[in-house]
Amino acid sequence: MAKIGVFTCWCGENIARNVDVDKVSEAIAKLPGVGCSMNYKYMCSEPGQSLIATKIRELGLTGVVVASCSPHMHLKTFRKTCELAGINPYLIEMANIREQCSWVHSDKEVATAKAIELIGMAVEKVRRNHALQPIRVPVTKRALVIGAGVAGIQAALDVASGGVEVVLVEREPSVGGKMAGLSETFPTLDCSQCILTPRMVEVGQHPNIKLMTYSEVEKVDGYVGNFKVTIRQKARYVDIAKCTGCGSCWNACPKKNKIPNSFDYNLGNRGAIYIPFPQAVPARPTIDPDNCMRLQSMKNGKELCGICAKKCQTNAINFHDEEKFVEVEVGAIIVATGYQLYSIKKEQENPRIKGYAEYGYGKYPDVVDSLQFERIISASGPTGGEPKRPSDGKTPKSVVFIQCVGSRDNAKGITYCSKICCMYTAKHTMLFKHKVHDGTASVFYMDIRSGGKMYDEFVRRAIEQDGAKYYRGRVSKIEQVMVDGERKYRCYGADTLKGTPVVVDADMVVLAGAIMPSSGVTQLAQKLSVGYNEYGFLSESHPKLRPVETNAAGVFVCGACQGPKDIPETVAQASAAAGKALIMLSQPELTREPEIATIDEKLCAACGACVKACPYQAISIEEIRDRKGNFIKKTSRVNPGLCMGCGTCVAVCPSKSADLIGFTDDQVYAQIESLADVF
Amino acid sequence: MSKPVQDWSARVEELSGAKLNDCYQCGKCTAGCPRAEVMDVPPTRIMRSAQTGDVLEVAKARSIWQCLSCQTCTARCPKNVEVAGVVDALRQISIETNTFSDESLKVVSFQKAFLRSVRRNGRTNETEMATDFEARYFFRRFDVANVVRVGLLGPKMIARGKMHFKLGSPVKDKALVKRIFDKCGVEL
Repeated sequence: MAKIGVFTCWCGENIARNVDVDKVSEAIAKLPGVGCSMNYKYMCSEPGQSLIATKIRELGLTGVVVASCSPHMHLKTFRKTCELAGINPYLIEMANIREQCSWVHSDKEVATAKAIELIGMAVEKVRRNHALQPIRVPVTKRALVIGAGVAGIQAALDVASGGVEVVLVEREPSVGGKMAGLSETFPTLDCSQCILTPRMVEVGQHPNIKLMTYSEVEKVDGYVGNFKVTIRQKARYVDIAKCTGCGSCWNACPKKNKIPNSFDYNLGNRGAIYIPFPQAVPARPTIDPDNCMRLQSMKNGKELCGICAKKCQTNAINFHDEEKFVEVEVGAIIVATGYQLYSIKKEQENPRIKGYAEYGYGKYPDVVDSLQFERIISASGPTGGEPKRPSDGKTPKSVVFIQCVGSRDNAKGITYCSKICCMYTAKHTMLFKHKVHDGTASVFYMDIRSGGKMYDEFVRRAIEQDGAKYYRGRVSKIEQVMVDGERKYRCYGADTLKGTPVVVDADMVVLAGAIMPSSGVTQLAQKLSVGYNEYGFLSESHPKLRPVETNAAGVFVCGACQGPKDIPETVAQASAAAGKALIMLSQPELTREPEIATIDEKLCAACGACVKACPYQAISIEEIRDRKGNFIKKTSRVNPGLCMGCGTCVAVCPSKSADLIGFTDDQVYAQIESLADVF
Repeated sequence: MSKPVQDWSARVEELSGAKLNDCYQCGKCTAGCPRAEVMDVPPTRIMRSAQTGDVLEVAKARSIWQCLSCQTCTARCPKNVEVAGVVDALRQISIETNTFSDESLKVVSFQKAFLRSVRRNGRTNETEMATDFEARYFFRRFDVANVVRVGLLGPKMIARGKMHFKLGSPVKDKALVKRIFDKCGVEL
C-alpha cells in the first residue's frame, strides 16, 4: 500500500504569495495513498529537509512529492535527502508550483487550484515510481584534446601533469594556433611568442602527451569514459621521427618564398616544403602537395625536382606517404578548436551572413584584418615587425582602425559582441605609435568594452599617453583615392559625440572582424553530439554553473570554440576543462542517471525508426540468438552508456516497445488521467 | 575635404593646462553646468571639439561667453580635466581669431571694457567702464536706439545711487597690476 508524503514549499513568498499553501496541503491530504501532507517556508533549507527525512523515517513513506520550484533547481537536493533518510532517491518527484504556477498567475484562487492539480499529477506519478540504481560504466584513463592553440595546449598540459595520458590532435602542421601568430598581448604588452613557445615546446616533450599534428578527428564512437576515436593523419611526406629539422630541404626548395604562407595570412611566403614559422612544434617540415613539383609530376608518372629528398641527410622525405587512420581509446574529450575571423569581404560562404562590400576588403591591398595586422606588426612576421603596408611596402603614417566589423551588425547577420576587439585595437594603436612616432592612429568604435583587470586603464593609456584618436561611430565606406600622387584610403566616418561626419585619409585600414568559430567545427560537433548555436559556437551545459561541460557526457569545451574570449579567459577555461576531465578520469568507474530508454525486445520489430531518430547514436539493431546460435529475431537495443534519456525513440516507436525508465508511458498516462478526474 | 586642419588642440592645452585626451566624454560637466540649458554647444561637446582640434567651430559658439566660470565642471570632473580652463582658452582663441559671433559681440565688448578698466585703475571704475563699453559697442553697431536707451538709464541709476560720478582712487601698486596683465599677454 502506497504511503506518499507531500511537502509543499512556500519558497519564502515566491509561492505563498499566490498559492494558498494551507489549502493545498489540506486538499492533497485527501488524495488516496497520501500519508502526510504539510507545508513549510523553505523546504530546501536544513529544517525543511530534516522535516522530510523525519517523516520518511517516522511514517515509512514509500514515495515523496516536493511541491516547490523547478526540478532543475533542487531535484538533486531532495534526492539526497531521501537517500539519507533511507529510501531510494528515485522515489521522489517534484511538482513545479513556482515557475509553472505562482510566478505566472496573478489570481490566487486559480493558482491554488492549479497547484493542487500539479501536485495531484506528481502523486500519481510517484505512486508508479520504481527504485532505480545508477548505471556504472568503466573509464579509460586517457584524454583527447582537439586543437592545439593556447586552449588545447593548456588543457593538455594540465591533464598530462595530472598524471593522465593525453592525445593532442592539431590539424595544422604545428601547434600554437592563432596565438603563435600574434604580436604582443594586452594588457601587459608581453610578446606572444615569448610566453607561448615554451608551452609549445613543453607539449612536444611531455612524457604523457602524444602529439598528433597535421591530423583531424575522423570518427567518434563509444560513450563517456569509453570513446573510440579515429584520427586521420594527413600525408606529411616527411617522417618526423627521422627528420632532425635541419632546414636543408626547405632552404633548397626551388619554390622557396614563392608560395603564400597561410600562417602569415598570405602576407609572407614559404616554399613547397616548409615549416610554417621558425618556432613551430614539431620543428619538422611538411610538403604542400598542391605546390610541390615532384608530387605534381608524380601524378603524370614523372619524377621531377626532388631536390629536398636529395639534400636530406636522414632520408626523412617520403614522396609516397599516404594518410593514415589511427584509433585511440579515451575516456574524456576536450574540444579546443578556437576561432577564425569573419571573412569581411563581399562574398560569404554562409548565406546567412553578409560581407562588407563598402570597406573594400579583399579589393584594396592595404585594407587588412586585425590578424593580418598582428603579423605586420609582429617581430616574427613577414616584415620583421616593421610596419609596412602590403601594397607598396611604405611605412603607413595614418592608420584607421575600425571596430565592430561584423560584430553587432544585425544587417550582416552577426548580433553578438566579439569581446576582444576593443582591447586588441587599443593594443594595435599603441604598437603602431611605438613604431611610428609621428603617425596617427584613428579608431572608430561603437562602445569601448574593456572590462577586466587593468583593461580599461590600458585603453585609456592608448588614448591619453599614446594619443590614439578615438571617434565614436561607424565608418560608412572606404574609397581608394590618390592624394598628391599617394594612394590613400578615404574613410567616411562619424563622430557621434560631436554629431558631425568625420573623413580620414588613411595609408592603411585595419578591420577588427568578428570572431567566428573555426571552420569545420559544426561537423566535429555532430561527431561528438555536442550542441552549437546558430553561428557554430559550441554549447556549454549551463551558461553559469557548467561552463566547460557539454550536454554530451564526457565532452568538455574550452577557448573560443565556445564563444569569443581573450587569452587569460581561454587559459582559465582550459584549466577548468582539464580539471573537470581529471575529476572524471580519476573515478574508478562512472555513474550515470538511470533514466534512460529501454526496448521491449519481445515487441520490437527492428524497424530502425528509433535508430534513425536517436540524436546520440545510442541505439543499434542487434540479433537475438538462442544458445545454439540459431537466429531468432532482430531487435533494437539501447547502449546505456550513450543514452541521454531524451525520449525521442519513445515518441517515434510504432510498436510502443520503447519506453523511458522513470518516465514510462504508464506514469505519464496516469498523470494525465489524474488531471482528467478534475474536469 | 582632406585639407589639413590646423591642430588647435595643442594651443588649447597650452593655454588651459588641460589634458584634452583625458576626457572620456561622460557628460558630467554638462550635467552640472548651471548654464547648459541655454547653451548652444554644451560643455561636453566643447571638450570633444577641443579633443578633435575643431576648435574654431566652438569658438563661434555663444556658450563659451555664456559660461559663468563657476568651475563646477572642473571641480566635479572624474578625470580631473580643467574644463573651465578650456572654455577660457577658447574665449581667448575666439578673440585672437576674431571668430566670435555677432550675438556675442556685446559680451566680448563688455569683458574687454572690464579688463581695460582694471588694467588702468587696478580695479573697476563703473562710470568709466560703462562709457567705454557703450561707446565701443556703438562704434561697432551704430545702434542709435541703444545709445538713447542706455543714455536715459544713466541718470536713473545715478539718482538711485547705483552709479557714481566719483572716479575713485586707483590701487597703490599699479606696477603689480601691469605685471599681471603683461604676464597674461592678452591684447585688449
